[in-house]
Amino acid sequence: MELVQNFPFLCIVFSLTCGVLCAVLKGRAAKILCLTWLTLTTAMSLAVLIFTLKSDSFYIYRMGKWNAPWGNEIRVGVLEALMATAFSGVMLLSLLGGMHHIFADCEPEKTNLYFTMCALLMSSLFALIYTNDLFTAYVFVEINTIASCALVMLKSSAKTLVATTRYLIMSLLGSGLFLLGIVILYGITGELLMESIAEKVRALFSTGEYSLPLTVIIGLFSVGLAVKSALFPFHSWLPDAHGSATASSSAILSGLVLKGYIIVLIKIFYRVFGLEVIMAKEISQFLFLFGVLAMICGSVGALRERDLKRMLAYSSVAQVGYIYVGIGLHSRLGLIAACVQILAHAVTKPMLFIAAGGFMDVSGGHKSMSAITGAGRRDPLGGIAFTVGALSMIGIPFFAGFVTKLELTQAALGSGNIAMVTALAAIAVSTLLNALYYVPAIFNIFSKNGQSDYKGLRVRYRADYALSCVAFVLLNIGFGAFSEYVVGAVRRGLELFGM
Amino acid sequence: MPDFLMNLFTNYYETAAMILFGIGFTTLLTHRNLIKKIIGFNFMDAAIYLFLAAKGYIAGRLAPIIVDGNTDPSNYVNPIPTGLVLTGIVVSVSVTAFMLALTCRLYDRFHTLDIDEITHLVRKERD
Repeated sequence: MELVQNFPFLCIVFSLTCGVLCAVLKGRAAKILCLTWLTLTTAMSLAVLIFTLKSDSFYIYRMGKWNAPWGNEIRVGVLEALMATAFSGVMLLSLLGGMHHIFADCEPEKTNLYFTMCALLMSSLFALIYTNDLFTAYVFVEINTIASCALVMLKSSAKTLVATTRYLIMSLLGSGLFLLGIVILYGITGELLMESIAEKVRALFSTGEYSLPLTVIIGLFSVGLAVKSALFPFHSWLPDAHGSATASSSAILSGLVLKGYIIVLIKIFYRVFGLEVIMAKEISQFLFLFGVLAMICGSVGALRERDLKRMLAYSSVAQVGYIYVGIGLHSRLGLIAACVQILAHAVTKPMLFIAAGGFMDVSGGHKSMSAITGAGRRDPLGGIAFTVGALSMIGIPFFAGFVTKLELTQAALGSGNIAMVTALAAIAVSTLLNALYYVPAIFNIFSKNGQSDYKGLRVRYRADYALSCVAFVLLNIGFGAFSEYVVGAVRRGLELFGM
Repeated sequence: MPDFLMNLFTNYYETAAMILFGIGFTTLLTHRNLIKKIIGFNFMDAAIYLFLAAKGYIAGRLAPIIVDGNTDPSNYVNPIPTGLVLTGIVVSVSVTAFMLALTCRLYDRFHTLDIDEITHLVRKERD
């Protein structure tokens, strides 16, 4: 075994350790530790990605060298390594971009706890991406829930407290259903490792035994994880939670946390049940339907919103819809589109939230559309980042969002008649709606009629904010320009999933 | 249909667990009082542990601890379900603690436990 093969395990475990250490350090020291560690994990995940791409296969890492069915395992393939690299990179940039907000919004003696939660969140995201064991997935889903709720409420105001409560309640309902699904599945198969369950499920499916429980289990997983990843109509908690938190929290929650659950769902669908069973059970048609509705209703919600951050949050609802439409098409192309969308949204939405945080700085801390009029002129770097992000969300070629729309359209063209027409119509309408709220927002932030109070105000750039904006813009354009490599890696990763 | 009913009665632990899960789930989802929501959440999780424990028990078998050199595996039950219950209890205790702490802060601020009323108060504050 080579050294690089240990990296995924080290990423998970030392992220937990880093979280514990941050809890006893002072704010500044915790910041340095957390940022250093995130830089390291990004580099390590990149090394793993290169390793898996070179060896062109996946490997199973056994914890404590115990064999299945006793040992716990993590599975590392191209797709997992790609997601891990993207997630830890985006986490690092989101923290950098909102750093001064974190120190301004948290109570001074609690700032270190923010980094504790970030480290725990990163650890749980790594675990959700890599794990091969369903119960481990459940435990880390709960860690993810607690950490992300804490990230919302560390900016202490009445609004964030209520938003956190609603978020926590919805999350708990979701994880309750998810746990019930795992328990029933364990009851009928007696296994917790994904490959072992997959074998037994295939055997049960071919004999037709336990047909109803299997349907119920797929339903429980789908609804449970859909609630947690804010699929329409379970999205009611999202705009409040993402709209009221501090800039970095919004960026991390929108860009990464929602995707963690979706990755678990994809793994369960295609590694535990397999395409054949999922298609026979027809549950994912509901996911497709709700995905389409999310694309439309999320965009309509964003269109009606007069508050910039809440508008971005509603846009996340629509973007999550794209992922579910990709999954719901239940074809390989659809799944590629879903995974590409996970990555594209992860590099785009955090940038928009970071830019929104920058606009609030030059607009007296307000985030309503009327207050931030002209903010792009006072903060040109944030303005450029916002413009790039918005164009990417609309789906202009050469930006990340276009790649998704292209892949999703191709997937839709390859599917059955009704699904094709519905998906294409939804993409068209949603793109139009996206343009209808993002283009006015761009005009608004570059408008000359800004409120006179802030007119003379020009931002003094902080190195971390500037670095984050520039890196996000480059990442986005790079994603669009070199999309064939990203799509190729995703395709290869899914092939290794057995798709 | 009688078959179906008979199954429910034979597996009465599982049936009870599912009914409890339903009660907990609806309480967590629909009740306005935060403390009752937390109780509902604990109901829901306890129901799942009951289900697991019932599934993990086989009548007449012993806990998997070797006594008197009896190493035949068919004398013992599988220890994993019980292990899962313990792990699950740890998770639900920490989530309950987090939610109780959150409830304390909300009560300090608004002097009520009614989530609808709190939402209403926050809206008013914004205007």
